[in-house]
Amino acid sequence: MEHVLELNPLVIAVTIFVLAVFVGYYVVWSVTPALHTPLMSVTNAISSVIIVGALLAATPAEGSVVAKILGGIAVGLAAVNIFGGFTVTQRMLVMFKKKK
Amino acid sequence: MTSNLAAILYLIAGVCFIMALRGLSSPTTARSGNIFGIAGMVIAVGTTLGQPGVEDYLWIGVGIVVGGLIGTVIALRIRMTAMPQLVAGFHSLVGLAAVLVAGAALYAPETFHIGTPGDIRLVSRIEMCFGVVIGALTFTGSVVAFAKLQELVTGAPLVFRGQHMLNLALIIAIVALGAVFSVEQQESVFWAMTGLALIFGVLLIVPIGGADMPVVISMLNSYSGWAAAGIGFTLENTVLIIVGALVGSAGAILSYIMCRAMNRSFISVILGGFGTDSSRAVTATDRTHKAGSADDAAFIMRNAGTVVIVPGYGLAVAQAQHAIREMAGMLQKEGVDVRYAIHPVAGRMPGHMNVLLAEANVPYDEVFELEDINSDMPNTDVALVIGANDVVNPVAKTDPQSPIAGMPILDVELCKTVLFVKRSLAPGYAGIDNPVFYRDNTMMLFGDAKKMVEEIVKSL
Repeated sequence: MEHVLELNPLVIAVTIFVLAVFVGYYVVWSVTPALHTPLMSVTNAISSVIIVGALLAATPAEGSVVAKILGGIAVGLAAVNIFGGFTVTQRMLVMFKKKK
Repeated sequence: MTSNLAAILYLIAGVCFIMALRGLSSPTTARSGNIFGIAGMVIAVGTTLGQPGVEDYLWIGVGIVVGGLIGTVIALRIRMTAMPQLVAGFHSLVGLAAVLVAGAALYAPETFHIGTPGDIRLVSRIEMCFGVVIGALTFTGSVVAFAKLQELVTGAPLVFRGQHMLNLALIIAIVALGAVFSVEQQESVFWAMTGLALIFGVLLIVPIGGADMPVVISMLNSYSGWAAAGIGFTLENTVLIIVGALVGSAGAILSYIMCRAMNRSFISVILGGFGTDSSRAVTATDRTHKAGSADDAAFIMRNAGTVVIVPGYGLAVAQAQHAIREMAGMLQKEGVDVRYAIHPVAGRMPGHMNVLLAEANVPYDEVFELEDINSDMPNTDVALVIGANDVVNPVAKTDPQSPIAGMPILDVELCKTVLFVKRSLAPGYAGIDNPVFYRDNTMMLFGDAKKMVEEIVKSL
């Protein structure tokens, strides 16, 4: 099993990336055109998962002050997007009603 | 928390995000999809906060609370017609966040286990370049798109001599600086490269005109995804890579759909300048049209079996969605079958018109996409076109020289009667005359969309 452990992390990352592109391709084609605007606002919200990087940069008690400041601002920006994106998506989706 | 557990939790979060998009395949499952999205985000953030080295909760707490409040307030107050601006604005934040995180990785690489300051791993340096460049151009590009949509600057395309050469030079310079940084890793080179990418983002969007905005927004959506993926590679974070790939492909597919709906190639949209061709004079015509009144329109529709309403962005500008919904309701009470036909570029972004109609309480099962309703047009008694023009112009099918040649259109000319609500006979965005105006079975209803519809409601 030793050779598996020597696998370059980049190769694993590329594998995940390529498979996710394919998943995205098929899932997005199945989205009904009527919901393309909510699709865009929700992808907006979830792409702000970049907050995980911002959190790690912002939290160390010691270390680079510059990194901490950059990370903190990024946390705030991503939070605007996360809360804003999911809220506005929900607002739109509740408006889509069937005929009574 | 062990890194194996964290990896599994990130995977679960990634699956939640896939489910969030999957839910959007139907309006009935969409809301549960959104819940999946929120759950995925909670898992991803929670997992990160459980990592060793996360100590300063106050600092990040402030960021989350302040940002979250701002985001929630904006989202609750924004008008649905302003959705394109909002989305462009949000894209810019993703881009800027990507730049800041890449910057943080430059100054504190040990936080992300990619080396020490001045000695970052080569692969990580290259990945950082991708993340920061795409993030930077997403940021400024989205800011320009926002300004155009919000009409802070003119929506007209800005083209100048040597534009493409300048862009090419910028790309070469960015790649060169990226290569230098990857080898030498000076901070100054990193920020110079970022600065050029910021400029490039502006230049990328300024030549693109208002009519192509649906493509631009989709394209920036895609870029924001690729930026997130680039940062995901740098941080070796699986959930970021998965999300980046999902969002990147979503934006790319939407761009493709929008281009196809206008029969424009992606390259020609990027190169820009569409809508500047003012030399193309509208051919003066002495053909006669028939004008009618709201009473006439009410009479025709009440006695029709089937009515198809074709709304365009002019409907939203006039805020006539609610009036049209009221009109449709009255016709339905009289036993008339009323449906709505939506062209993919009816709004300012993909699916925009569907949202605007949904906001006016139009049930989504009365709203049909172009390919689903076009075959039914010959069996339709009345087509009511409001605030739309180019999307129903048969010139797209007949004149290969026309700027909209090959664009799929709603075949209203095949309906027994066409009612056209319009301010005047002036042409639409593409600047071409519409022969439907002059047909015997067409009645022009001149006036403001909202006032006209309200008058029709009164006559009914």
